Amino acid sequence: MDTATTTKNPPPGAPPSEGTARGGLRPGDRIFLGMSRGAGIFLLVIMAAIAGFLAYRAGIAISKDDANFLTASEWNPAGDPPVFGIAVLAFGTVVSSVIAMLIAVPVAIGIALFISHYAPRRVAAPLAYLVDLLAAVPSIIYGLWGAIFLVPYLDGLNSWLDEYLGWTYIFDKTGEGVARNLFTVGILLAIMILPIITNVTREVFLQVPKMHEEAALALGATRWEVIRMSVLPFGRSGIISASMLGLGRALGETMAVAVVLSPSFIISGHLLDPGGGTFAQNIAAKFNEADEFGRDALIASGLVLFVITLLVNGAARAIIARRKEYSGANA
Amino acid sequence: MSQVIEETRPAPAVRTAPLSHARMPRWAPAAIAVGSIAAGCGIGLGAGWHSRVQWGLIAALIFVAATFVITTKVENVRQAKDRVATSVVWVCFVLAVVPLLSLAWVTISKGIEVVDGYFLSHSMNGVLDAQPGGGIYHALLGTIEQVLIATVIAAPIGMLTAIYLVEYGRGKLAKAVTFFVDVMTGIPSIVAGLFVLATWNQMLGFGPSGFAGAIALAILMMPVVVRSTEEMLKLVPNELREASLALGVPKWRTILKVVLPTAIGGITTGVMLSVARVTGETAPVLLLVFGTKLINPNPFEGAQSSLPLYVYEQYAVGTDASIARAWGAALVLIAFVMLLNLVARGIARWKAPKTGR
Repeated sequence: MDTATTTKNPPPGAPPSEGTARGGLRPGDRIFLGMSRGAGIFLLVIMAAIAGFLAYRAGIAISKDDANFLTASEWNPAGDPPVFGIAVLAFGTVVSSVIAMLIAVPVAIGIALFISHYAPRRVAAPLAYLVDLLAAVPSIIYGLWGAIFLVPYLDGLNSWLDEYLGWTYIFDKTGEGVARNLFTVGILLAIMILPIITNVTREVFLQVPKMHEEAALALGATRWEVIRMSVLPFGRSGIISASMLGLGRALGETMAVAVVLSPSFIISGHLLDPGGGTFAQNIAAKFNEADEFGRDALIASGLVLFVITLLVNGAARAIIARRKEYSGANA
Repeated sequence: MSQVIEETRPAPAVRTAPLSHARMPRWAPAAIAVGSIAAGCGIGLGAGWHSRVQWGLIAALIFVAATFVITTKVENVRQAKDRVATSVVWVCFVLAVVPLLSLAWVTISKGIEVVDGYFLSHSMNGVLDAQPGGGIYHALLGTIEQVLIATVIAAPIGMLTAIYLVEYGRGKLAKAVTFFVDVMTGIPSIVAGLFVLATWNQMLGFGPSGFAGAIALAILMMPVVVRSTEEMLKLVPNELREASLALGVPKWRTILKVVLPTAIGGITTGVMLSVARVTGETAPVLLLVFGTKLINPNPFEGAQSSLPLYVYEQYAVGTDASIARAWGAALVLIAFVMLLNLVARGIARWKAPKTGR
């Protein structure tokens, strides 16, 4: 019990260090502190270097761009004059990620609830473990599976959507061709980010104070009412940040999109028409044939992707950090 | 007081309803399920639809609707909502498990046809695209070398950073490092590849090599190592540190001899999980390592191959033989990653730090 006094005051992992600091550091301590602080600074330098170098190369490319970099829907940096813009890529990236989020977030919440509240206890632990493992499957394998297995399968779904929901414009299939379109990419991305969102959401659901749930049960709530009134409100910020982490991954996903999509530089609201492109997919696809300047142009588009993912991830972290304080007060 | 109240209370009214509601029998959901599947198949047959998915969808819709209506009639609306929520959660689960199981099944069943001793021990040297045969030896070698180099770069830096954050970190610098490590976790792999391309290849003028790819992989690994090591170091009880410091042991020796050995299991797990993560990265390898058909054991000179890149290349070729090879390599890759994961988690369980609480 006497440990309570020592563990209460300093936060974990912060042993008292005043004693050494007052009398000057020993040489060994100084070297070790220097090394570990140096490693931390090195990480900051890398982040700054990534931003700096990408911006520098992108600046070279954009200054010679004959079209508006943000609104042009053409990619021809080898032309004379060079013309390239990210409109198509931005559109494709946003649309495919939005489709992925619309599918993945509700389903992931469902799976997380299943594991945390519905599944029999004996099944729940292995299931959680399995979802953990699935998060580690390399994206190229999702891509291979998507291109060879999912695309032919979705052909049927596409023509069905076209037939019955064609009046909605977005599901109107105007062109011929297999289902290598943004809709398929969105579904594949949804499958890929499911495990990540599920993992984080499940952890948050498990942190819901037992008191909240038991109080609801004691008032005669059904299981759904317990979830709606105590689990979901508590987990809301966790769900949001998990979704944003998933969104970050969907935005930056390269290989699965590169393998599945048949790209074209056209902005089309018809999701079932083959075509479109995303930032990462475009870089992977155009890289081999690009000369030095073409690579700079690709780096410019990569910079935009970098900034977008930075914003999304930063927002997710900010939400998590806010929640930490909140749950700490309740614990 | 209480007695007074009891006396003034009016006589209890005659109960017209039983205390508990009518409940559905336990077999009711199963019965509804059987009924709705039969109805779904019947409608599907009647309308002459070929797609079994449509039959399933109709059956699922009938199931949810029937559950709601019947429960509302027998029990009440709240119970009905509860049952509908239960079935929706189950449907979500099934919906997610089907594609993931299919992925595993397809990879294993198609890969197993190709993988054998020859496939693992030969390169693609002299093998035509449309011709069966050939193997992944060069890719396997490249992957192992690149990942090893990346680990050698990233693990010490990551661990030192974590030690700084947990043992020394105060003030603005530590806060900045923490924040940017978080942000770095989310960098798309292709952006890391572009960064190395812009510096190592374009500015310093080096050609594609396994080492360039390894730098990009290291950038992707570092934040993961920092995060997991940090978590593990935080689990080491403060009493251990205090006991060591009280005996006059310098802080750096305390960290090396007391803190790190206590947390070593968890740290190993974290490093292995990050290795598993970067093993499957294709995008930076595509930009920086370039790919080759030949065995190139030197990661510092000339193009190499790697497993994920090999999968991509063989798929892009598009002949039957090359797609079969792609599945074979995918199976080896997934087995490698899963093995790393399982071993890492095994170590975590085996060497879980005793928190002393």
